[in-house]
Amino acid sequence: MKTQTGTSRRDFLKIAGTTAGGLVIGFNWFSCDSPKMEVLSTEQILAQAKSFNSFLSISPTGDVVIFSPNPELGQNIKTSFPMVVAEELEADWEKVRVVQANLDPEKYERQLTGGSGAMPHSWERLRKAGATAKFLLVAAAAQTWKVPATEITVSKGMISHEGSGKKGHFGEFVAVATTLTAPEEVTLKDKKDFTIIGTPVKNVDAKEMYSGKPMYGLDFQREGMQYAMIQRAPFGMKLVSVDDSAARAVAGVTNVVTFGSSVAVVGTSTWPLLKAKKLLKVNYEPDGVVESTTDHDRLFTELMAKGKAEVKRKDGDVAAAFKSAAKIVTAEYQCPFLAHSPMEPENFFAHVQGDKVELVGPTQTPDRARQETAALLGIPPENVSVAITRLGGGFGRRLRADYVVEAVEVSRAIKAPVKVTWSREDELTGGAYRPAVRYRFEAALDATGTMIGYKLRGVGMNAGNTTRETNFPTGAVDHVLIETIEHVSSITTNAWRAPITNFLAYAEQSFLDEVALAVGKDPVDFRLELLNRAKTKPVGELGYDVDRMLGVVKMAKDKSNWGKNPSVKQGFSVYFSHKSYVAQVADIEMAGGVPTLKKITAVTDCGLVVNPTGANHQVRGGIVDGMGHAMYTNLTFEAGVPKQRNFDSYRLIRLKEVPEIETHFVDSGFDPTGLGEPALPPTGGAIANAIFAATGRRLRSQPFIEQKEFSDIQLQIKRG
Amino acid sequence: MANFTLKVNGTTHQVEVEDDTPLLWVLRDHLNLVGTKFSCGIAQCGACTVHLNGNAIFSCVTPVSSIGNSEVTTIEGLSQDGDHPVQKAWEEVDVAQCGYCQAGQIMTAAAFLEQNPSPTLEEIDNAMNRNICRCGTYHKIREAVAAAAKSK
Repeated sequence: MKTQTGTSRRDFLKIAGTTAGGLVIGFNWFSCDSPKMEVLSTEQILAQAKSFNSFLSISPTGDVVIFSPNPELGQNIKTSFPMVVAEELEADWEKVRVVQANLDPEKYERQLTGGSGAMPHSWERLRKAGATAKFLLVAAAAQTWKVPATEITVSKGMISHEGSGKKGHFGEFVAVATTLTAPEEVTLKDKKDFTIIGTPVKNVDAKEMYSGKPMYGLDFQREGMQYAMIQRAPFGMKLVSVDDSAARAVAGVTNVVTFGSSVAVVGTSTWPLLKAKKLLKVNYEPDGVVESTTDHDRLFTELMAKGKAEVKRKDGDVAAAFKSAAKIVTAEYQCPFLAHSPMEPENFFAHVQGDKVELVGPTQTPDRARQETAALLGIPPENVSVAITRLGGGFGRRLRADYVVEAVEVSRAIKAPVKVTWSREDELTGGAYRPAVRYRFEAALDATGTMIGYKLRGVGMNAGNTTRETNFPTGAVDHVLIETIEHVSSITTNAWRAPITNFLAYAEQSFLDEVALAVGKDPVDFRLELLNRAKTKPVGELGYDVDRMLGVVKMAKDKSNWGKNPSVKQGFSVYFSHKSYVAQVADIEMAGGVPTLKKITAVTDCGLVVNPTGANHQVRGGIVDGMGHAMYTNLTFEAGVPKQRNFDSYRLIRLKEVPEIETHFVDSGFDPTGLGEPALPPTGGAIANAIFAATGRRLRSQPFIEQKEFSDIQLQIKRG
Repeated sequence: MANFTLKVNGTTHQVEVEDDTPLLWVLRDHLNLVGTKFSCGIAQCGACTVHLNGNAIFSCVTPVSSIGNSEVTTIEGLSQDGDHPVQKAWEEVDVAQCGYCQAGQIMTAAAFLEQNPSPTLEEIDNAMNRNICRCGTYHKIREAVAAAAKSK
């Protein structure tokens, strides 16, 4: 495969002068014995190594340093990106060291974690980075040995020329190779020759993680650093006054500063701040509408009935279809707000010095942190440096920079380096939530049970477009109307892993089940019928590849033994999001009249699987996440404040609550697509549909355990 | 403020803190042992798990004044080179996603296997249910604990 290298020459020239660097543990990267987190320049990290491009440098000893630009929050990008570079380089993986790159938008075009978009964006760029360096190393060897480059072979970091018997490692040719001109075009490897991609390469941070090395934002410390925690106003309220005398009296508290409606307690360690924050006497007054969950329930009903709807899609003549229908099925579905609750609470280090700022911490969007900091202080963005630590989860919470800017505010006020840490209570109450949404579905069916009309109306609390108007089953139905209604709430919302689809998929896939069963059709056959219709006679815009969706549906039907065992009650769900296709089947066995969730079978088409371990992790993790929040988690508001303030009442799924998960991947031949999100959306629907098959109870709201339909089901969960 | 003498990972340390300071914050902010993690602060998630005389405890709710002469072991002191059988099993099974909870998971597993070297899968489930993993690596955790039990 020939490919244009595009910017490689420019990158190659530019890199020598840059000092963006990265974040490492221990001063000497290759010894790694000092338990300290250091933000180092590129030169310090590379020592004697020379750069080929933004991603890749090689030392004279043959050690390969690969900079990983995207924030790592558990999606395994810090392992899978370097695998792609190393594959095309023909590196010896044992000699590869991976460094988390600092923010550098000039070197890295898309330095963020979100939307499961990193791999599809960077796949070809990473391959070219490795292939270009290999080309230059081969050219250098050819020049040194005076043999034709075409006769040279490369394998596991060794360059060989069979005819002359000459052989040498990468390091021997680095000095010459980095003086040569990078080619405009390079040849990429045939996928069938991959030796690293497609293998279960282990997490590059494993050793450090399992021995407790500092690597997360919360672990970062700096000489002279102060600690801070912040009291934030309830949603819809603003600060009137604060009496901080009791807080200041706590030993270890050095300062209390106020900005906006926030009050920051500052001190020399964390514990005094946790105590002092509770001693603040803060008065607030309404600043807009102060909302409770009861208000949201009322608003949902009012807006669903007569809200101002924005039409997102209109195919055919819906009114006529519903008028002529032999049968109409209608149902409403609702979900609560949710917090992101990453295990590592929000935190950030900031040091404001004149018109320059140093930032260190966990962020999914380092450039947003830079831009918002620059805007706050009125300084040029390039005056703000951002080092990215490993993230203890994100789930979308760290796409925002609110907690970064707070740290900047405090550092500016106290004129010292500071780390702001959130408590779990802060995280749950001062958050930016998955919006609460209600949907109403209506299906019109003709006398043969064919869906001729489909209506979806979503009402969201600061949700933006609550629908995905090119989703299945659109394209398979003649007459469609999709509308969305927005309620502007004082409660801050934000993208939450698989935004919108994390609940919409459950609602859509449950409703399709309801429609299939209403006309006496098998839920899988019903979906196949619709997909075949979308394939042969598509209606309007198709947002999905029908063949790839058919592929996962058919394989899931096969792998789950769909409908073959009468004692196993099954629920089906299939979803396309973030460029990947996932079908899931939940199995419930009835044991002595007690339904037991035993297994979820998942079939995924994410194109080429870069790392099977990582891919399995993302699919199983997505399913556990989707199941946990569908089953157990609720966040309700009372006067602008969440009632669930920690993990005692905000219930997250635990180890004993997960069934067996069997994963399969379709070998579709496509380039890799993202997997951080796509396995989550289908899960709630598969489980709810299985519960219906087993018990006749239809669950139309989450979390399931709080629904009256669920109260006497006594669902057991058992593995293996 | 009071002075406390603590035995942590085989070394004696002196710290001057308030009586009610949880062991978690003494480790993290005063002894620079940040491998022990903060997450909930109310003994619900297990991210802060350390050993006190070999027993797994939630360091976030254990006041420093209650430690006395007890031996504290943190993730940094579980083994010399990260080669405790549980740590090795965690590497072999490649357990982590974000990794933040895993030090606590490993400490829970290590104390559990010390007391029950040949557990059934059900016993593993019961022991590990006290630690939350938000990424949902539960299948791998279970697999790694079983693997560590076999390797010991």
